[in-house]
Amino acid sequence: MKFLCLTCDEVMAFAERELPGDGTLTVIFTCPGCKREMALLTNPMETQLVTSLGVEIGGRTVPQQPMQQTRMGLESPLEDAFEAPETPPAARGPVTWATEATERLEKVPRFVRGMVKRIYADYAMEHGIHVITPEVMDRARSDLGLEGM
Amino acid sequence: MDRTETDIDGEAAGEPRKVRGYAEVSHETGSELLEQVLGQRARVSARLGTIGAIIAIASGKGGVGKSAVTANLAVSLARRGARVGVLDADLNGPSLGRMMGLLGSKFVDRADGVVPPVGAAGVLGISTELLLEEDAPLRWKGPDSDRFAWLGLTEAAVLREFLSDVVWGELDYLFIDIPPGTDKIGRFLDLVPDPAGVLVVTTPSEVALSVVSRSVAMLRDAGVGSIGVVGNMSGYYSPDAEQPLALFSGDGIRRLTESTGLELWAEIPFDPEMGARTDGGDPPGASDDSLFGKAFHALADRVERGVGGRKAAL
Repeated sequence: MKFLCLTCDEVMAFAERELPGDGTLTVIFTCPGCKREMALLTNPMETQLVTSLGVEIGGRTVPQQPMQQTRMGLESPLEDAFEAPETPPAARGPVTWATEATERLEKVPRFVRGMVKRIYADYAMEHGIHVITPEVMDRARSDLGLEGM
Repeated sequence: MDRTETDIDGEAAGEPRKVRGYAEVSHETGSELLEQVLGQRARVSARLGTIGAIIAIASGKGGVGKSAVTANLAVSLARRGARVGVLDADLNGPSLGRMMGLLGSKFVDRADGVVPPVGAAGVLGISTELLLEEDAPLRWKGPDSDRFAWLGLTEAAVLREFLSDVVWGELDYLFIDIPPGTDKIGRFLDLVPDPAGVLVVTTPSEVALSVVSRSVAMLRDAGVGSIGVVGNMSGYYSPDAEQPLALFSGDGIRRLTESTGLELWAEIPFDPEMGARTDGGDPPGASDDSLFGKAFHALADRVERGVGGRKAAL
């Protein structure tokens, strides 16, 4: 999908993506020539089409996690279908979890918990954060656009 | 009117403005969609690069025993020392998890992918049966209206993840059990355009012949070079009878090979005891000298020869 500015005959460039949380999607494009902006607005079904392709318009905010679409999309999943490795990866860096954050993580369905935990840990490491707190989790959700996590 | 030439209000009369089409403008939009799609394909290629031969078990027709053939062939080869995995592509009607004795097994959740559980004869496997609550139908989260518009995309993406996000490791064979419907064969070929081979399973039924013939045509159109026919439920061998009893009135297996020119790789008799073992998670494969066992012994031989032998692509 591309948008062409008819005034400048230039391809409009991705500028911003917004997920209001109601299943709709807003994507803003800007003409590099005249700087005119336009917004692509999708309804929930159209948003789902993009989601089903496994892509994020504008690029991924976090690396794709193993079987992310399967785990995020399944209704009635078997909660304990996934288990953590016996020996956790040692090279994860000095990130620890505050008690409140651990309690909050425990509320995440087990089916996706390992995946969600990795996303928060990666976010913390990228931002030089050593202790993951509920506030860090909120900031990560906001920064990364993690609806439903 | 040419689709790229449009009269725009305000233009001088008789001077249609030329609007560039999709292929005429740069892909550099900043949306990174193409990059992500190419990345998905690259992940599939990288993961499957350690697999010697990817072989689909297909038919187009339902109820011909594709999953049972997959399970028994997989254990037959595994008992010969091959490293084998099975992927149940029948997302909506899964059965390979049960047949391979995988029910209750868990995936190990790692950053580089999920490690599949080990089932009968050491065969690795993945199936939606292992991901869903017992008796729960497969349903995907999403808007209720027009689900048909995105369900196919979602299922294709899940299959892609089954290929790219499972830590298969080095395998000699990965068998993919394709669900009924010729369209599902096409979906598989979109994900794995160059399989080592496809086994087409049919029965003597005339109805199966009609459907399976279409599947063969689709595979040939797609350029699949190695296609073998497996005639399943070719007869019922009762211990009390001197001659096999026909389960179907037709002669579809022979007619399929004659009409397509394809080679019959194996004829597998119907054996209730072996069927029960397969359904119970203990597929016997070529474990004994029964007609059933001999049939899978012959099929395993033929698969090893037909796809170039173990580790051919490693």
